[in-house]
Amino acid sequence: MIRQELKKLVIYGFFLAILLIPMLGFRSTTFEPGRAFKTLGVFMAILILNLALKIFRNRRGKEAVVKKSWTERTGEYINRLPKTFTIGGLLLVAILFPIFGDNYVIDVGITCLIYVCLGLGLNIVVGLCGLLDLGYIAFYAVGAYTYSLLNLTFGLSFWSALPIGIVLGMMVGCVIGYPTLKMRGDYLAIVTLGFGEIVRLVLNNWDSLTAGPNGLFGMKRPAVYYPSFSEDGFAWAVYYLKSLPALYYFILVITIFTIVGVRRLDNSRIGRAWIAIREDEVAAELSGVPTTWIKLLAYALGAAFASVAGAFFAAKLSYTNPNFFLFMESCIVLCIVVLGGVGSIPGIIVAAFVLIGAPEIFRGLENYRMLAFGGIMTTMMVLKPEGLIPASRRKRELHENQEALPED
Amino acid sequence: MTNAQTILELSDIHTYYGNIHALKGVSCSIPEGDIACLIGANGAGKSTTLMTIFGVQRASKGQVLFKGQPIQHLKPEKVAALGVSQTPEGRQIFPRMTTYENLEMGAFLRKDKSGIERDMEWVFSLFPVLKDRTRQLGGTLSGGEQQMLSIGRALMSRPELLLLDEPSLGLAPKMVERIFQTIIEINKSGVTIFLVEQNAHMALNISGIGYVMETGRIVLADKAKALLENEQVKKAYLGE
Repeated sequence: MIRQELKKLVIYGFFLAILLIPMLGFRSTTFEPGRAFKTLGVFMAILILNLALKIFRNRRGKEAVVKKSWTERTGEYINRLPKTFTIGGLLLVAILFPIFGDNYVIDVGITCLIYVCLGLGLNIVVGLCGLLDLGYIAFYAVGAYTYSLLNLTFGLSFWSALPIGIVLGMMVGCVIGYPTLKMRGDYLAIVTLGFGEIVRLVLNNWDSLTAGPNGLFGMKRPAVYYPSFSEDGFAWAVYYLKSLPALYYFILVITIFTIVGVRRLDNSRIGRAWIAIREDEVAAELSGVPTTWIKLLAYALGAAFASVAGAFFAAKLSYTNPNFFLFMESCIVLCIVVLGGVGSIPGIIVAAFVLIGAPEIFRGLENYRMLAFGGIMTTMMVLKPEGLIPASRRKRELHENQEALPED
Repeated sequence: MTNAQTILELSDIHTYYGNIHALKGVSCSIPEGDIACLIGANGAGKSTTLMTIFGVQRASKGQVLFKGQPIQHLKPEKVAALGVSQTPEGRQIFPRMTTYENLEMGAFLRKDKSGIERDMEWVFSLFPVLKDRTRQLGGTLSGGEQQMLSIGRALMSRPELLLLDEPSLGLAPKMVERIFQTIIEINKSGVTIFLVEQNAHMALNISGIGYVMETGRIVLADKAKALLENEQVKKAYLGE
């Protein structure tokens, strides 16, 4: 056993050295191997500590080894608490958050919540319906640009532009959905990827409408209306949500609506039809599921949620440009869905905070973000393919070989 | 066929997969309340015939009449709503849904809760083994159980016509016998059955009429008993 672990240690160390020495050792002009070796030392120390722990555990007998991982134990502990208590607690934390955080933290919180909305929207398409969409960010862009253009050109308020944005997002969703109805897997991924890029390039090059790479700016922030009684009588007063805490509460409400909406869809007849299509499209068709419509609906509803998030994003920044909607963003959203556990709402919420929040914490590593991303995803897929907080169904499917299989 | 009404009639059906002419003018008719079978070798077009009836594959020419009504232009969900049901070839159940959820999916188009409950009980009485497996994932069932589940799911829509695509595929002889016994039982409860099979012997034995298919055409059509005696069939499909 120790031999095996030592072998692992040597292999890991070797790979780390190959990765780290060029990456950290080379500065723009000089080569500093010391810097790389320092980092390598830290990694090796962690690995050796891990080895020591394993040996220690092994000595203490088998029971320690079969112990569940801490995430699972925490999950079980949370599940034992009454649901209202958990949700109430989380809500309280979410509401009190801006009081204790400074503007920077609140801003990160807002970004996280936007990505929660995006992740939940994509979850409909990827998680429930099983259609791999690599161009999801296009719908986010549609929402952002719809609000921007409607506000700048016609002076429409956020609230009146929002439904138009949703409808437009759904229509664009169907536009991409329709030609890909017969596609699955790799082919679908390529087509959606291309579609995402088309939308971005159109925004980038249609100078007369979208102002090209310069982007659009000067949109009004979302507003709330409240009745005011003055000497002139009754009137609606307008309050623009300019401060970060106000925007934070606004996106919090949107997120809660999204969560409730996606949850309801998940448990509905349509949700079951989506899952059936993911499982076996022909069998779903033979069961009387109108696959064409149900798939289009997945695209349309997924797009609608992204569109709302996009409109908020543009309104919050009061600025938008095509470079916000790079392919990388689609990847991040997909990573959130996969990392959180495909089909799992709480998992996606946690993953959004991890993937968006963590790079903020490790600002210094910014250049290696992609690497960290790859690292996290690879490790996750190897160790916990069902995600951080797996949906119950998903967990069953990935660990089904551990159940007793009856012979044919 | 004179005393019974025809529930399904195919006349001169042509179906293409891209450039491949899979069905070259298939005509057949199935009397109501009967078991009819379609036998033939691999790739003869048997499954395509069923997929064309159900509207999954579109017929480029010809007519499919279900109870006198043309259905060749209808989408699968509309065909299902009319009272036709099909088990896909190779027992494609939903592997990561439980037995119960699989059966529930079969009743997707129905909204009468009590009726669904009742039919669920009916399926369990036909296949008692499924009742012990309600919470088990479809993919973890044995081959025979999956076939039962597939048939059970097809019955959950309360069909008048049940299309079975190779229910004996890959099953042990004993299991095949049990499945065929149940098919007879289902038929006795009033469901017309159109059976597509490679196991010609079993299929012809329980059927009223039989069709023999070769490379996209029906080459023989007769009473099943007569086909069992037919020299040509004996040689080609019964291995005698």
